[in-house]
This record gives sequence, structure tokens and C-alpha cells, in this order.
Amino acid sequence: MNAKKEENPLKKVCIICAKGTIEDVYATLVMANGAVMEGIEAKMFFTFFGLDAITKKQMKKLHTSTVGNPAMRMPGGLPFPTLLGILPGVEAGVSAMMKSQMEALDIPPVDEFFDMITAGGGEIYACKMATDMFKLKKEDLIDHVIDIITIGEFYALAGGENTQIIFT
Amino acid sequence: MATQNIAGVNIDVNDEGYLNDPSQWTKEVAIEIAKEEGIELTDKHFEVLEFLRDENEKSSTLTIRKVGKSGIVDIKGLYDLFPGGPLKKSSRIAGIPKPSSCV
Repeated sequence: MNAKKEENPLKKVCIICAKGTIEDVYATLVMANGAVMEGIEAKMFFTFFGLDAITKKQMKKLHTSTVGNPAMRMPGGLPFPTLLGILPGVEAGVSAMMKSQMEALDIPPVDEFFDMITAGGGEIYACKMATDMFKLKKEDLIDHVIDIITIGEFYALAGGENTQIIFT
Repeated sequence: MATQNIAGVNIDVNDEGYLNDPSQWTKEVAIEIAKEEGIELTDKHFEVLEFLRDENEKSSTLTIRKVGKSGIVDIKGLYDLFPGGPLKKSSRIAGIPKPSSCV
């Protein structure tokens, strides 16, 4: 779709990721990557469980929850019973399947996605409060993380006309 | 749908300036479209354009990841060659349809 001429194009997106499931993290990654690919500045702020996405030890182990997720379906479309989701290994299996489906669409794993986004100029920040809470240090986080900052400092980066803040 | 005179030839373009028929593409057309995008084409640019055209011929869905793995240029390099729209601008200059992928 073409933006109408009289509209002012979006110039910057600031995306806050507070959850660590595959789908929440990928929502952030796809939006940030989509922005830089369109020439739109992108800044990401990871907080609370979203920190898993930028924590070296956790980033490759993201899962989709198989419990309490009414949109979850079996292959073929039948509802996915929550009681099945609690069985050991089911969540890991579903998560592995999600990842393989994404790979088939050329959607990269989390670490490679960050490489792509930062190659396009996207910036990654971690939340000071949440890293303190989870006892994480800068060296626990991926090297692409520019800094650990407060939400106030993140807002300071969100200035300028046609900037949007998005919370996933 | 419109006809635009590019490099002295009448070319069918859509309303976003993408070529409707990739076979109307020539290097001269590429150079002209690139100028509109503010890009001066080098040999490296043409290597990328040829890759995109080949992939399009094979009807594969183009992503910047695929270009990054082509061995021609990495993703950072692709952004440097086509600033502000690595896949969109390169596709337009390569005379192929606007990319339909989110990555």
C-alpha cells in the first residue's frame, strides 16, 4: 500500500518488549526489522521477561506457552486441549514446530534477527529496573545491546516528530 | 498502470514506479531509476540486481536474509548500497515487483 501524499510518513518507532514468549519477541523483531527496511528508525527496549530475548543464555530457548492459550490449535485445526499442554515436552515440541515453520518462511532465529536489525541501524536497549531485578549484567546480554537504561532515558530517545511508541 | 519514458524507452510501470514487465529492464533503465532514488550504481550494485532478477525468475520470495546469504553482500552492505530501503529500492531498480515479504 502506498501512503497518501498528504500524510506525514512515520519516522521512528520505539518498541517495548516485556514478554519472553516466541510470539511476543518476534512481534518486536518483525516490527523493528520491518521499520529499518522501510528507512524508519527503530529502537527497542527489553524489560521484564522480554529480557530473555537479549540474554545470551536464554535467547535460543524461547517458548510458546501451550497452557492457557485459546488460539492454540493442533495441526489440522482442532482445538489444543490445555491439559495436553501441561505434559512434559509438549511445550518444547510446539515451540520447535513454531520455529521450524518460521524458518520455512525465511524468518531467522532470534540472534540472527538481531544481527539483521542492527545492520540496518536498529538499536537495542535493556531496562535498568528489570536487569537489577533479574540480577543481569551487561555481559549477560548480547553484544548488540547499546546500554542498560531507565524508562525515562528511553523516552528521551523517543523524541522527534512522527515517532510512535509500541508496546508488544 | 502508466507508461514512463526511462532512458529513452517507454516502460510500463505501476503507480509506485515498479516495472510491470521485468523483461523491459536494461542497465540503462536501472541507472535512471537509481538516480531517482538518489543512488549511483556501481558494479557491486549490479551484482545485487542480477541476483534479485535471477531469484525473481525462479519465483522465490525475496528477503534481505536471502540476499545476505547470497555471498554477494552481507546485510549491512545491502543497507549501505541501497540506503533507506534495501529490498524495496533494490527491487525497483532491478525491475522486479515490489517485495511482498515482511523480512
